[in-house]
Amino acid sequence: MKSEVMPPAGGNHPGAERSGGRPGAERPGATAPGAQNEPSMILGGPRQDRPPPDRPHVSRAGLRARRRWARGSLIALLLLLSIPFVFPTWWMATSSLKPMSEILQAVPTVWPQDPTFEAYGQVFALQPFAQQYWNSLYIAAVVTIGTMLVAAMAGYAFARIRFPGANALFVLVLAGLLVPSEVTIVPLFRIVNSLGLIDTHWPLIVIPVLGAPAVLAVFIMRQFFLALPVELEEAGRMDGLGRWGIFWRIALPLSRSALGAVAIFTFLKSWNLYLEPIVYLSSKDNFTLPQALTQYVDAYGGPMWNVQLAATTLTVLPVLAVFLVAQRQFVQGLAHTGLKG
Amino acid sequence: MAAAASVPVPRGPAAESPVSKATPVSKAVRRDWAVGYTMVAPVVLGALAFVVLPLGMVVWYSLHEWNVLAGTFTFAGTANYERLLADPGLADSLLASLWFSIGLVVLNITLALLLAVLLDQKLPGTTTFRTFFFSPVVVSLVAWTIVWSFLLQADGGINGFLSTLGLEGPNWLRHETTAMLSVIVVQVFKNVGLNMILFLAALQGVPVELQEAARLDGAGAWRRFRSITLPMISPTILLVSIITIVGSLEVFAQIDVLTGGGPGNSTTVLVYYLYQQAFRFNEFGYASAIAVLLFVIVLVLTLLQWQSRKRWVFHEV
Repeated sequence: MKSEVMPPAGGNHPGAERSGGRPGAERPGATAPGAQNEPSMILGGPRQDRPPPDRPHVSRAGLRARRRWARGSLIALLLLLSIPFVFPTWWMATSSLKPMSEILQAVPTVWPQDPTFEAYGQVFALQPFAQQYWNSLYIAAVVTIGTMLVAAMAGYAFARIRFPGANALFVLVLAGLLVPSEVTIVPLFRIVNSLGLIDTHWPLIVIPVLGAPAVLAVFIMRQFFLALPVELEEAGRMDGLGRWGIFWRIALPLSRSALGAVAIFTFLKSWNLYLEPIVYLSSKDNFTLPQALTQYVDAYGGPMWNVQLAATTLTVLPVLAVFLVAQRQFVQGLAHTGLKG
Repeated sequence: MAAAASVPVPRGPAAESPVSKATPVSKAVRRDWAVGYTMVAPVVLGALAFVVLPLGMVVWYSLHEWNVLAGTFTFAGTANYERLLADPGLADSLLASLWFSIGLVVLNITLALLLAVLLDQKLPGTTTFRTFFFSPVVVSLVAWTIVWSFLLQADGGINGFLSTLGLEGPNWLRHETTAMLSVIVVQVFKNVGLNMILFLAALQGVPVELQEAARLDGAGAWRRFRSITLPMISPTILLVSIITIVGSLEVFAQIDVLTGGGPGNSTTVLVYYLYQQAFRFNEFGYASAIAVLLFVIVLVLTLLQWQSRKRWVFHEV
């Protein structure tokens, strides 16, 4: 019966074909290979499609060799798949050290022949890059802290406090999820303009913290607080804490994991913002990084690749470094958040 | 407190009525409500000011002939919508959006699943590979796009590599099909790591006993994947698809940096078309009509996906 269900695997191994059909009687003999198959089941992989019964004609060494081969080919596949993820970053960093003449060579050089930091000097000479870096950094930081605070409060209230109209207000807030920022960019531009806040950082800070981009954070925090046992708060109430006290001293400290996830994706979102800065900002001193990176062009509008890549490297490497140090929090936080959402 | 005071408490007067005498609203409860209103006030006011109000405004604008440069703002009824229907540029941008979304979702979900399944095999070095695949997620979007733009130039790294193999690559960003393909692929590699992590978490949530039982019943690896793993992780697949599709409609920076909507208007997706109409041609009224269309599309897609939720999701998390 087993061999019927799995013709491909059985067909590969005539030995298995012969012994596979016999039930029961073979069991004692099957224990040794079966035991050997046990870890392979946990390890998974294509090895799994081999039938569990013994295979007298396939030696232990042969099995092990095949397993090693399967393992090796999977790792080779993973290495191959890694190239488009890793190579661009490597190419960015190494090309930023090449002079323009080397970049324009017909056959690209994998390693710069004559590494120079000249392009890095130009990054700061051509634009107020340090200022732009600071702009991006402080805007992302303020947006992140603001969103954490606002979302934690709203999430807590929507999850815990049964005030009249709570559901209606929650639906109202949640509707923001359905509105892509591009839909409202024209009226928001008009609003910002009429307030005289064009070419300031206000719209890049206030709208993300209070508007549609914060809704997901509110939702995540609410889900988290819904799952938090109420009993944890009872102790605080016994001690005479009010709502605010319970929120600040008990609920908020307990929500560190959810807050961490909110912080990571809010920061990345703000750091990546592109449409809004190019709509709201006009002077180079106010630019944010994504916007500034595209500005390194020569007199003919062609990109100055080495300078652009140097600026890009300076933008990418710090965040990448933080990620490598704290990748557990990054990955788990985002995975957790995504599943809850 | 100020915000709380300004929000009416609908159940307040009802507390005095005989019906609700059984549960009188005490001072403490009211104080609790006030705290609740205060806590949600920022996001509620934010939703009103930055979501509801602009949404109303964009509908209002869409009914007007409005050119900022010319300084005209006249009521035009449905003229902008009639223009939408007749505009070949809009049809092209809808088609471009459609291609982009389909290509992105198919490639992204497939690759994310493949990577997740591979990483779930507990091979040596899995953590390192996971880091590799995830790292573009934290790379600045525009930075990532610039690097790929550099790689995809006619004399860039990719064609340089191809030439060492004796192949001649196309000018990727200057041909209609390869330009669209490039934009999709760049976006897939940028964000597939996130979906991969979500799938990986879902895969690890599939009970080992189920796999084991099927294995003992003689189900092969592919059969087990199709009949057990896939149905078990279908809620995640749905969730990830929703995020990816809605996200794909909002692609902007990649288009602006890689192709500028070209060649021709082959990569001018809906959002990019909206941006051009509003901020290049100063057609705010017409751009608003496009924005309304975009909103309706997102709304319909989301509702459709909620509807289909019950039909093809095997179980809810």
